[in-house]
Amino acid sequence: MTELVTIRRATTSTRVGGGLLALGVVALAMLPYVIVPSQVFRFIDLLVFVVLATMWNLLAGYGGMVSVGQQAYIGIGAYGLVYLADQLGVDAFLAVPLVAVVAAAVAIPVSFLAFRLVGGYFAIGTWVIAEVVRLLTVQVDDLGAGAGTSLRSLSDIDRDLRIAYTYWFALGLATVAVVATYLLIRSRLGIALTAIRDEPTAAASNGVEVTRVKRIVFVVSAAGCGAAGAILALSSLGVQPDSIYSVQWTAYMIFMVIIGGVGTLEGPIVGAVLFYVLREWLAQFGVIYLVVLGAVAIAITLFVPQGLWGAVSRGRLRLFAVGHTVRLPAEPSPTPPARRT
Amino acid sequence: MTLVNAVVQGVLLGGMYALFATGLSLMFGVMRIVNLAHGDFAVFGAFFALVLVDSASLSPLVTLLIVVPGMAAFGYLLQRGLLQRAVVASPLPALLVTFGLSIVVQNLLLELFSADQRRLQIGSFETGSFQLTYDLAIGYFPAVVFAIAVALLVGLSLFLRRTQLGRLMRATSDDQETARLMGVDNRNMYALAAAIAFATVGLAGVLNGVQTNFSPASGPTLLIFAFEAVIIGGLGSLWGTLLGGIVLGVAQNVGAWIEPAQQVLAGHLVFLLVLALRPRGLLAKGAPA
Repeated sequence: MTELVTIRRATTSTRVGGGLLALGVVALAMLPYVIVPSQVFRFIDLLVFVVLATMWNLLAGYGGMVSVGQQAYIGIGAYGLVYLADQLGVDAFLAVPLVAVVAAAVAIPVSFLAFRLVGGYFAIGTWVIAEVVRLLTVQVDDLGAGAGTSLRSLSDIDRDLRIAYTYWFALGLATVAVVATYLLIRSRLGIALTAIRDEPTAAASNGVEVTRVKRIVFVVSAAGCGAAGAILALSSLGVQPDSIYSVQWTAYMIFMVIIGGVGTLEGPIVGAVLFYVLREWLAQFGVIYLVVLGAVAIAITLFVPQGLWGAVSRGRLRLFAVGHTVRLPAEPSPTPPARRT
Repeated sequence: MTLVNAVVQGVLLGGMYALFATGLSLMFGVMRIVNLAHGDFAVFGAFFALVLVDSASLSPLVTLLIVVPGMAAFGYLLQRGLLQRAVVASPLPALLVTFGLSIVVQNLLLELFSADQRRLQIGSFETGSFQLTYDLAIGYFPAVVFAIAVALLVGLSLFLRRTQLGRLMRATSDDQETARLMGVDNRNMYALAAAIAFATVGLAGVLNGVQTNFSPASGPTLLIFAFEAVIIGGLGSLWGTLLGGIVLGVAQNVGAWIEPAQQVLAGHLVFLLVLALRPRGLLAKGAPA
């Protein structure tokens, strides 16, 4: 007998969960045929939140990098889309993947600077870089300087069709973001990331190329945030520097990931849905709504660090097959297990 | 404004940044917490002073007698009650909690005081200056702030090196477990360090409120300037913090001298330059973190 245990990644819950998620995506794709465009429009925000939360979770929850500066890539994505579509004549929808590449390309040199800082100072460092990107953007007259600019190339498309297309692109992006994160975490890279998050020095001494692995995650997250920014520009038909580069995006991302469950794939999705519902409901309370969000984030961090998904699933229920299940052979093996001497 | 004037005013401005940086640096040095709400608490201190000025018609400088101890007590309680729970090996909880605090403080101030720009008025002393040459003058107030910053850094350095409490604080910072075995109440040490840090935050917030306008939204900018001063100077070096503040202040003022709208960007670019060329800061000590 050569094999004593089998290790499996899929469990019953991941098979059912994966199926349900796939069905969910199909159902969401049908939405523009079922409900009126103004309702579809509201769902675009939700899908953007799913992308942002998933990307921030990849960075902080798996990569251990708390960034307060992802709004840099959201802004690059939004401005990039408007520039490509209006100034260079690229199809506005085709520009979405292109600006993701642009955001990733910007993130590579940025990572060399930001990675010189660790922990909390990394957080503020990314914030400074986002501020620099904002201050540089508002110098460019072609981008509308301090006032921002509107997206003109979609003005001749029928409004309902435009909303439906934007929605499908948002859904596609959300699906790609979640699936890409899933594949990344399932791969060898995912194991390296977990090792780095838990103990970077030990990971490095075991041959994990810590900086390279972190850089990949940083760049992927930037690409996702850039594409999300592009969707925001498509849905609002323009971009305004103070709002697109606002640190509030980071506050939202942190809130969604914390409330849902940091370091799980399901958590950010749960958090995005919760945040979306809460935002609609709390908006009537004005500024106090942000105070409540902040207070809830603090309370969850301290008292329910695994987040709502973690608290409900207790690590047993998984929708994504990223864990390892060790199965012992059904019958006790005839030879006793090797004993250490 | 001449270039010489820009540099001189920048050096004095650097004193203010060093003052802001002290609390950030101390909390990181002792309990490894980077307080993302640092700037917001400074603004909170300034509004605290503003309320005292309006309600009890005190001079802003007199309010320091209430604001500084008040902020110290607040910092002590905040550390004991909230932040202590976030002191773990991973920096994540502390960052999330302080970022949450930043959102809460900023928006509470916005709700209470509106988004208007405010200023603490101290009358003629604020505008008075020594006229050195025809086009070079040193304001009384910026000079006093610079002197306070130097005195604070010297005082803190002596406190940490020479006093029993300072030694206990450093011991707790170096090795929490061993310090506890030696009978040190580590949580009390952390809370005392937080109290000192918050006292400096209150002081910096009020002095900044006299020197320039502030609003509930000013916090993040103050945090970023404090952080840039710490990193430019080098982690763990108090004199580095002063030098970092000065470099940042000079960079901003020379930037503004070249192109008035680029003051903040010039500071950021010098910070990034230092990060690229001397990532451990100008006066770095010891091994990298």
